[in-house]
Amino acid sequence: MSLVKLDNVVMEFELGTFLSKTRIRAVDRVSIDIGRGEIYGLVGESGSGKSTLGRVSLRLYKPTKGRVIFDGIDITDLPEGKLRKLRKRMQLIPQDPFSSINPLQTIGEALIEPLLVHVDISREEAIEKAKEILEEVGLTPAEEFLTRKPHQLSGGQLQRVAIARAMLLKPDYIVADEPTSNLDASIRASIVKLILEFQRRFNQALLFISHDIALVSLIASRIGVMYLGQLVEEGPAKSIIREPLHPYTKALISAIPLSEELGVERVVLKGEIGNIANPPKGCRLHPRCPFAMDICRREEPPMIEVTPGRKVKCWLYVKR
Amino acid sequence: MLIVEDLYVKYYTRRGTVSAVSGVSFTMQKGEMLAVVGESGSGKSTLALTIMRLLPRNAVVERGRILLDGIDVLKLSEDEMRRIRGSKVSMVLQDPFTTLDPLRRVIDQFIEFLMEHGLDRRSAEKLALEALESVGIPKTLAYSYPHQLSGGQKQRVAIAMAIALKPSLVIADEPTTALDVVVQKQIMDLIDTIKRGGTSVMLITHDIALAIERADRIMVMYGGEVMEIADKGTIMSRPLHPYTQGLLASIPRLGSDKIPESIPGYPPDLRNPPKGCVFHPRCPYADERCRSIKPQLIEVEKGHWVKCHRVVKA
Amino acid sequence: MNINPYTGIGLAIILAFVLMALLADIIAPYSPTEASGNVLEPPSIHHIMGTDNLGRDVFSRIVFGSRTILMVVFLAVAISGALGTILGLLTGYVGGAIDRVISFIMDSIYAFPSLILAIALSVALGPNPLNAAIAIALTYVPTYFRMIRGQVLSIKSEGFVEMAKALGLPTTRIIFRHIFPHLIPTLAVVFSMNSADAVLTEAALSFLGLTVQPPTPDWGFDLYKGRGFILAGAWWMLAFPGGMITLLAIGFALLSEGISQSHAVKSFE
Repeated sequence: MSLVKLDNVVMEFELGTFLSKTRIRAVDRVSIDIGRGEIYGLVGESGSGKSTLGRVSLRLYKPTKGRVIFDGIDITDLPEGKLRKLRKRMQLIPQDPFSSINPLQTIGEALIEPLLVHVDISREEAIEKAKEILEEVGLTPAEEFLTRKPHQLSGGQLQRVAIARAMLLKPDYIVADEPTSNLDASIRASIVKLILEFQRRFNQALLFISHDIALVSLIASRIGVMYLGQLVEEGPAKSIIREPLHPYTKALISAIPLSEELGVERVVLKGEIGNIANPPKGCRLHPRCPFAMDICRREEPPMIEVTPGRKVKCWLYVKR
Repeated sequence: MLIVEDLYVKYYTRRGTVSAVSGVSFTMQKGEMLAVVGESGSGKSTLALTIMRLLPRNAVVERGRILLDGIDVLKLSEDEMRRIRGSKVSMVLQDPFTTLDPLRRVIDQFIEFLMEHGLDRRSAEKLALEALESVGIPKTLAYSYPHQLSGGQKQRVAIAMAIALKPSLVIADEPTTALDVVVQKQIMDLIDTIKRGGTSVMLITHDIALAIERADRIMVMYGGEVMEIADKGTIMSRPLHPYTQGLLASIPRLGSDKIPESIPGYPPDLRNPPKGCVFHPRCPYADERCRSIKPQLIEVEKGHWVKCHRVVKA
Repeated sequence: MNINPYTGIGLAIILAFVLMALLADIIAPYSPTEASGNVLEPPSIHHIMGTDNLGRDVFSRIVFGSRTILMVVFLAVAISGALGTILGLLTGYVGGAIDRVISFIMDSIYAFPSLILAIALSVALGPNPLNAAIAIALTYVPTYFRMIRGQVLSIKSEGFVEMAKALGLPTTRIIFRHIFPHLIPTLAVVFSMNSADAVLTEAALSFLGLTVQPPTPDWGFDLYKGRGFILAGAWWMLAFPGGMITLLAIGFALLSEGISQSHAVKSFE
């Protein structure tokens, strides 16, 4: 049974002033579900809507259409006051470690604050717990880190604090939004491993959002690929990497340095991801796609299930 | 073509002196692509700025020599340097969004740059359009404002400006980091064609996989020092420095089942660098010697230089 | 710690006037409301700022007059600051329809020339110091509101605010513990800048007789009376109250300049 279920989610934002408003559809009819203990990798370039989708799943944004189901509860229309009680079961690990902690707070204050709000414990007990978790994420001596301010820590250390804070409440669901993309290569893997450690320990559902399909393929059991607000391919990680179906997925894999050793068909796309405010008609990839046919320019392809659990949104795979 | 000898650069900050580049020596041949690989704080960007003579005011070149086509760059006056910048050595920056003035048309900025190097307006405009076309920017876009361009297109404009005057060296400082993966590939392909045109390219990057895919030779920097230099085949098949080995192990490999390895610890504080080998606090093989004596950069086989006590000259 | 010279001089001027107001009974040599010499005496050892048309000591009236102006100014700035800040915080964070309505009201107030609005309000409320303070306060609320709302909108998009929400912290806690502390430096600048402006507005209201009833000493009103005797050569009735108003306004202006400079330096580092 799935823990998190997004059903046909649409997320629109209004931009501009009172008189000249434009609506931007950042996420367009996306459905995914993530099981307890499952790692789901969400891949796409910036502007694909992957981070927005992650935030909708946490109900940080209220979707314009569609439903968000968490552990059987429809949380789509839940008011913030009621949501707050559920929030300790779902947490976010953000992309930018430098802005994720209030610069005026100490690390200790940042860690105990959610505990004091959600759990009925004393300040002293909260500090003890904060120390324990700091040690678990490898920030020792913990006492020293408790009194430090965020600007005294490196990016990697801050990301460990962010993970510690998310895991303190032992959540069931984690959204990790590009947790390593602002970090140096040599420490990225350690951050990923830290997240996976907690994921296994608490049997969490993990939505791992990244532009790095190589990294995602190593940790996720299933992968979803997004392009301009839509889910264009979904399936088991191994089969997505070995036999990508959608031209966009093929291009993503081709773009990775040293990927030729894998033997995937090389696909190079023209141009750049379009403007989400004004997506192309028909298939959204067609202006860039080397395989574009007439129908691609006219009609949006349906999401079809090629084999059980393996879906793709492309006319090339529609039997007619 | 480019010779850097025993270069030391320090930043004087309120919170102490930062040894950003320490004892860096290397050479570059005409028409080759050298990748300078390192993490933030490795000194790779400072090295680039020193060659361009664009260091901030609080930086001081303590020692060393930079010879570009026989010219001692560090001895040039500000005026002479200005003439060389853009014509003999040019730079492509990481962030294409800050390179261009948002209030002026692309072509006007390009023409102004060329006129500063002695061209008249007519020939400047002609050359600018040619250069832009060669990087895939059509005439219509040349006469638009920067905000009408995408990130990749802006980076193309930056590259066009860098190569317009046919410099012998182009320094590309993380030219694709701010771009999306698919566009990264397009831009790197473009840089490849520049190199094939005979221009030397110094590719500064944190991504060793990108370096291996694109460069001829690779120089690995850490803590302001050169750890290893070799051609890319050697780096891939016989990396000798533990740091290079660590970087290679940190690449997520498609189709493998293993999560990449990371190097324990954090980059050094260069206000107060570690004694001995600058990498020893993170090195799995560090012993007493590494903690006390700084190793020398030695040539272990032809063209393969390593700075590590564990490596002995063959 | 280094104190910015502007901050230092500004604070010194303001503190001097505050002390003057607190210790008026000790400092003033004569009663401010009773004659202590001949009429229109020029400055001398007995009356260092001369006497007015009723023979009252001008210096003593200045000293006691500082109480009126400081009280009105501080009260006005405190009321407008509190109101504007709270409204700005709430509407900036919550957004939506409330934001649009309150922003519209604030913009309407802001569109009025503030001095004319203050005059109209104090005429409507009746001439006394408290009403003058309320009138001035109301004209300043939009200044705080707009500034605070703008800052809240930008801080709201910071990662740590989103994280606070994701962690399930209560909204009031997010607003007052995570957003408000970041506004304090800007608030300090606007506070002192508005005080400088309020000094001038208060003086203008007094000049029109909308703050105090005679014979209560008051700089603006004294300035108004002095105006009638300038042709008689009694420059001191005009120069001293006017000079004091200017000096106090400069004090606040210097303070705001100093704070904004040191804050700019701090964020630059």
